[in-house]
Amino acid sequence: MIAELGHFSLILALLTAFTLATMPFIGALRRDPRWMALAPSAAAGLFVFHLLAFACLTWAFVVNDFSVLYVATNSNALLPLHYRFGAVWGAHEGSLLLWSLILSAWTLAVAVRSRSLPGEVSARVLSVLGFIAVGFLCFMLFTSNPFARLMPPAITGRDLNPLLQDIGLIVHPPILYMGYVGLAVPFAFAVAALAEGRVDAAWLRWTRPWTTVAWTFLTLGIAGGSWWAYYELGWGGWWFWDPVENASFIPWLVATALIHSLAVSEQRDAFKAWTVLLAIFGFSLSLLGTFIVRSGVLVSVHAFATDPARGVFVLAFLGLVVGTALALYAWRAGQIAGGDHFALCSRETLLLANNVLLTTAAATVLLGTLYPLLMEGLGLGQISVGRPYFDRTFVPLMVPLALLLGTGMLARWKRDTPVRIARLLAVALAAALAGALTAAVLANSIAAALGAGLAIWIVCSTVRTLAQRVRRPRDLLRLPRGWAGMSLAHLGFAVSLAGICFVSVLEAERIERLAPGDSVTVAGYEFRFKGVRDVTGPNYRALRGEIDVFRNGQRMAQLTPEKRTYLSQTQPMTEAAIDPGFTRDLYVALGEPLGDGAWSVRLHYKPFVRWIWLGAVLMALGGICAASDRRYRRRTVDPGDPDPLLAVVATSRSVPSGETT
Amino acid sequence: MKLSFAAPLVVFAAMAGLLFFGLHRDPGLVASPLLDQPLPDFVMSEVRDPDSQLRSDELTGEPALLNVWASWCPPCLAEHPLLMSVTDEVRIFGLNYKDERDDAVQWLDRYGDPYTRSGHDPDGRVALDLGVYGVPETFVIDRNGRIVHKHTGPISVKEWAHTFRPLIQRLKDASD
Repeated sequence: MIAELGHFSLILALLTAFTLATMPFIGALRRDPRWMALAPSAAAGLFVFHLLAFACLTWAFVVNDFSVLYVATNSNALLPLHYRFGAVWGAHEGSLLLWSLILSAWTLAVAVRSRSLPGEVSARVLSVLGFIAVGFLCFMLFTSNPFARLMPPAITGRDLNPLLQDIGLIVHPPILYMGYVGLAVPFAFAVAALAEGRVDAAWLRWTRPWTTVAWTFLTLGIAGGSWWAYYELGWGGWWFWDPVENASFIPWLVATALIHSLAVSEQRDAFKAWTVLLAIFGFSLSLLGTFIVRSGVLVSVHAFATDPARGVFVLAFLGLVVGTALALYAWRAGQIAGGDHFALCSRETLLLANNVLLTTAAATVLLGTLYPLLMEGLGLGQISVGRPYFDRTFVPLMVPLALLLGTGMLARWKRDTPVRIARLLAVALAAALAGALTAAVLANSIAAALGAGLAIWIVCSTVRTLAQRVRRPRDLLRLPRGWAGMSLAHLGFAVSLAGICFVSVLEAERIERLAPGDSVTVAGYEFRFKGVRDVTGPNYRALRGEIDVFRNGQRMAQLTPEKRTYLSQTQPMTEAAIDPGFTRDLYVALGEPLGDGAWSVRLHYKPFVRWIWLGAVLMALGGICAASDRRYRRRTVDPGDPDPLLAVVATSRSVPSGETT
Repeated sequence: MKLSFAAPLVVFAAMAGLLFFGLHRDPGLVASPLLDQPLPDFVMSEVRDPDSQLRSDELTGEPALLNVWASWCPPCLAEHPLLMSVTDEVRIFGLNYKDERDDAVQWLDRYGDPYTRSGHDPDGRVALDLGVYGVPETFVIDRNGRIVHKHTGPISVKEWAHTFRPLIQRLKDASD
């Protein structure tokens, strides 16, 4: 009964989405305020119906309703309650529902926050979001219904994939999806602007905080995924360049480019067509990512063959959304292009270089990701282009990006001189070179030198840029949040960069046969193996190893890696044990039993690995900080704004200008 | 309307079309031009021992597999248990593709080594001669050193039982 209620709410949500996708848009074309006024209420209805459907599915998991096919395949009577919540989005159907729910939440947020926008703009934006919701709801209802019944009901469920039975799974997908779906907002703004045929400063200022917030979630989601892979997969790796990771990384690269080109467009009225195109690409790529990788449509030919309806639907929907947006772009971009001229040496040029590098990086990762998928789509088997491709194409693009980053913040808009920039950054350059030399000597590696040098370069040039604005300590508090956020995010990039370079170069790994009482030393840490004993968890049995770690004769930690066998599975899972630290992690995983109580044990020393995620957290904090800048909270535009279109908007709306805080 | 603004649309349409028709193509139509051709000559250093060399003529004499693998390749790991279980049926030679020697040796130590010998091909020169698309890929070589079959992607248990095992048996019978 509850499941049918959920199914019914999904149908209601589809009807509401259909209304939202059509009526306000037609209203905007006919300039009929009554039709346009429908948008906010439809957005609210869309969210409520989604929430209801989601609650019904969650309920089915909580009460172990194994007459629902999706619950029976992804849960188990023995699964602990908190994992049952995570199991709601543990597979294809449920994650689509989560996606759609989050889309409706973003739509509602836009509806609530867009009251100050001209009515036609917000009606168009909400309609575009409604159209995307129609696609998702149709996909769910016609090909992937999470509420489908199983007759006769299963006695107990098949259980959630043990890899996913982790606190990481409960929080990771919602955060990542917030980012993915958040890019729908700039996309909707871009399509609305193209439909209207103009892009003005108000539009750009409006799009910026939404993009930044979506980017922030994407950053956290990617870092969370990397962290999850690190401690859950038991390999000690933190990035594998696999299609699922790349699917989130490509939109992130494009969103990063978009944030920077939005800054140019808003401040200098340049790159506008390019900005709109990036907004379209950002969301198109996150659609591609969710559909093609998440839903397993192209990951395996078999999935496509057994359920061709899904594959055809996905391609058709992708084609419709992206094709329409690009057709609109081809038609209207000429009207919105243009902008001021700028000199070769100017902040515009540097940000243009930033965009070229980031989009090239996104394109290379996309190519490396799609190539194996295409090969498989063509029936040539599942093959891998793998790490060498990405290391050789992606890394060389990040070096100039980091170098330009330092200069970009300091350069003046419109025109600057290399001499001025060089003078300002001479100290930073000297510090970076000194750091690189020191690292080269200490670690005897080019990668370590590059990491240290670039990180110091970014930190010093960020500090130098801040120093221009902050002359006394109390100025720091008055710093506009946009500037503070940018500085934080750039510092975060430096921290991640340093972490990546250092851990890649300095890490140490040993695989040893250890009998109880044996010990082995890795990077100055002595690991003493005490043995393995049986333990029992709620839905698994495990062999737990005990390893004491000594440093200079002092016992400093005990590590307990496990080999778990879940009751519903036969394959044992490796649970690594980690002793975390600011400058190094110690990481231990059990391999295979070798008889007589001896085991093969993998021991890793991972210096600075935590910096990778710490940097991402700093970037995300920067994003939050920048998005909360007070300039985005103005209800309307400055009366002194030079853009004539804005003046029209401002008078026609007759909203008093000024701050509302 | 400037023409350049239509470029993204054109590129997208081309890609979508390719994908759409690609999905409906018969996979059997894609064959290697190297089929029924002699194995290209190569000399590679051994993965475990840089001073020792693996030459293409070592593969002749009796049927053999040439398996392209790498430590950075997850599908290779998926295929690995199968290779481990068939080492007594046929000689398997490895072609370690675009890999670091240390990583490759560590991978073999960690998971087991199904290969009679493995050649190290750090910049993919030999693989280029063989027309390798990616990893894993497996060539079946008869006793005269001719490539009689090529498989892209990991070999499944089913494919081994239905294609590889009968084929290898036939090749062995032919040589008796």
